[in-house]
Amino acid sequence: MSTTPSGSHAVGTGTERVGTAAPRTGAPVLEVDDLHVEFRSRGPVVTAVRGVSYSIAPGETMAILGESGCGKSVSAQAIMGILDIPPAHVTGAIRFEGRDMLTMGAEEQRKIRGPGVSMIFQDALSALNPVYTVGDQIGEMFRAHRGTSKKDAKAQAVELMDRVRIPAARQRVDDYPHQFSGGMRQRVMIAMALALDPKVLIADEPTTALDVTVQAQVMDLLKDLQRDTGMGLILITHDLGVVNEVADRVAVMYAGRVVETGTIDDVFTRPAHPYTRGLMSSIPLLEDKGHRLNPIVGAPPTLSRIPSGCSFHPRCPMARRGPGGGDCVSDVPLLREVAPGRRAECHYSEELLHG
Amino acid sequence: MAERTTTETDSPRSASPRNTSEVRRHWESSGAPVLEIKGLQKHFPLQQGIVFKKTIGQVRAVDGVDLTVGRGETVGLVGESGCGKSTVSKLLVGLEKPTAGSIVYKGEDVGQMRGSALKEYRREVQMIFQDPYSSLNPRMTAGDIVAEGWAVHTDIAPRQGRDRRIRDLLDRVGLNADYANRYPHQFSGGQRQRIGIARALAMSPELIVCDEPVSALDVSVQAQVMNLLEDLQKDLGLSYLFIAHDLSVVRHISHRVNVMYLGRIVETGTDGDVYGHPSHPYTQALLSSVPVHEPALRGKGDRILLTGDVPSPANPPSGCRFRTRCWKAQDVCAEQDPELRDRGQGHPSACHFAEDHQVVPTTGGAVG
Repeated sequence: MSTTPSGSHAVGTGTERVGTAAPRTGAPVLEVDDLHVEFRSRGPVVTAVRGVSYSIAPGETMAILGESGCGKSVSAQAIMGILDIPPAHVTGAIRFEGRDMLTMGAEEQRKIRGPGVSMIFQDALSALNPVYTVGDQIGEMFRAHRGTSKKDAKAQAVELMDRVRIPAARQRVDDYPHQFSGGMRQRVMIAMALALDPKVLIADEPTTALDVTVQAQVMDLLKDLQRDTGMGLILITHDLGVVNEVADRVAVMYAGRVVETGTIDDVFTRPAHPYTRGLMSSIPLLEDKGHRLNPIVGAPPTLSRIPSGCSFHPRCPMARRGPGGGDCVSDVPLLREVAPGRRAECHYSEELLHG
Repeated sequence: MAERTTTETDSPRSASPRNTSEVRRHWESSGAPVLEIKGLQKHFPLQQGIVFKKTIGQVRAVDGVDLTVGRGETVGLVGESGCGKSTVSKLLVGLEKPTAGSIVYKGEDVGQMRGSALKEYRREVQMIFQDPYSSLNPRMTAGDIVAEGWAVHTDIAPRQGRDRRIRDLLDRVGLNADYANRYPHQFSGGQRQRIGIARALAMSPELIVCDEPVSALDVSVQAQVMNLLEDLQKDLGLSYLFIAHDLSVVRHISHRVNVMYLGRIVETGTDGDVYGHPSHPYTQALLSSVPVHEPALRGKGDRILLTGDVPSPANPPSGCRFRTRCWKAQDVCAEQDPELRDRGQGHPSACHFAEDHQVVPTTGGAVG
């Protein structure tokens, strides 16, 4: 994953994509602004999300990429309002169509989220209720939010199951989750999430538990559904390949912060943050046996003891102490524009981009 | 593969006296592979009833697998969940008894081994497990976990030097030697996997069966563990059977790759053969489903989307097992089971209509 001649070519197309994407994006439908999530229980305070901001426009796919424990799922759960408060402590703003959901009452939030934002989870089997038929669970969305009758809800559930390409939907609507295969269960969950035509769909590791051939089917389905409905898609994943294939933009998270954002082509061909570059050189390639892998040293920090200065500095090959530039150990780098349309949180991004 | 010449001189296992049999001595001089599996089968009975159990069928988890692992070689076994790859690993380390077929280790049939020969086999063939959380006993310290095998194989590490050996082993796998007194919960996932590797190394193994050793790890840690496995192989001359579902990982680490589907191996060859010139439709579909990491290659590959699910191994399709999902299937596929042989592609493939079809895009150019 080096900057080969073909790579620099891709950067060119990347910037074009930003240009053409601009009119389509328009007003963002969902904005996360300086979101902080802390967990305060008996032990030390665990800071899972530390000032994350991103926005998603209709029809856009944004990937949130990061390793386990970087806060990517917690930020999504904060949007969905499914964190237990307390111990969780959420500050900042989550604006859906301009209205801040964090300042609303619970009932008002629920009314916005139902038809506004929905979410699918990694493990479909534990996300579905084993004692209700899938038809009941999909139809519940209509009954709860629109007061649809049981019979109509079931008919609509069948329609939705057809839409997510579950074969023989009419026969299978009365089946229980355990009777479905992993890929089909994930489709059931997608059907539930799409029931009320949400403006934004959050997919938290939707294909991680699936085999690669099934993963391809499910990602294909998600892409088609997005094209049909024009919803914004937030894709939370640790798989760089999936990000590359489906997303328009990416936000790379590390230790509770977004360390780099930009279009996929920009970020993947010329990362502006050493962490992103480290991730790229850690993955083996399918197209080539490759040489020895060049992993990031060490392990991600514990969220109750985040390093001073740049949180990545203990693992960073570029980390240095001032003077003559930022001091990585003491100065916290801020997310700043390092090139048109892309931002990174590193004192030395320019060195990575141009050096 | 790299021939191993001075096998025993530099490793600690030379200290232990070995009861080398005639067969083993013959093997040492022959250059034959470490491990040869022939026609391996494992059928699990499907039973009904509580008191009077009756068998109503067989789950053919592994149904005729041939596989060889050379000295100092890494052989990859790749397939989707439920294809039987983990059952192969369990059969190898003796956690399950095969229904049929033979496992020949260093010229000796494992099924015929008894007593000290079997004990020696169990020492020489070690395993690294997928889940670093459940494969370590939470009540034992890292040092005790690593040393546990020496209670049975007392000759490997003399009792006085054990503490030092433990420290050496932890150091060898990249852990701080002072961590020997810590418990598993005090380690991260990657560190735990290193403890699992140290435990395997403590037995001075010849062959390590790695069953999804990196799939539970984050990418940066995964790369560290893969590098460690490569280093250990280089230094100790180990052979690996590397079982995984991640095709990129398998390609990176393996010298030869076997693709498994529903209890059978459908294609085998070097990494270049299988990934660059896949000839079995299943291999092609599998490879084409893997998302590529480079923006320049996005959409360049020829994506083959399979429909339907993997059939039940209790009732596999007649003839070719892949025919129910194959776009090339014809009448002959239902009647004749295609054998795994070279049909002119340079490497064996179990398809009547094997045909080289590149699906993985390369930076050199697009494929179509």
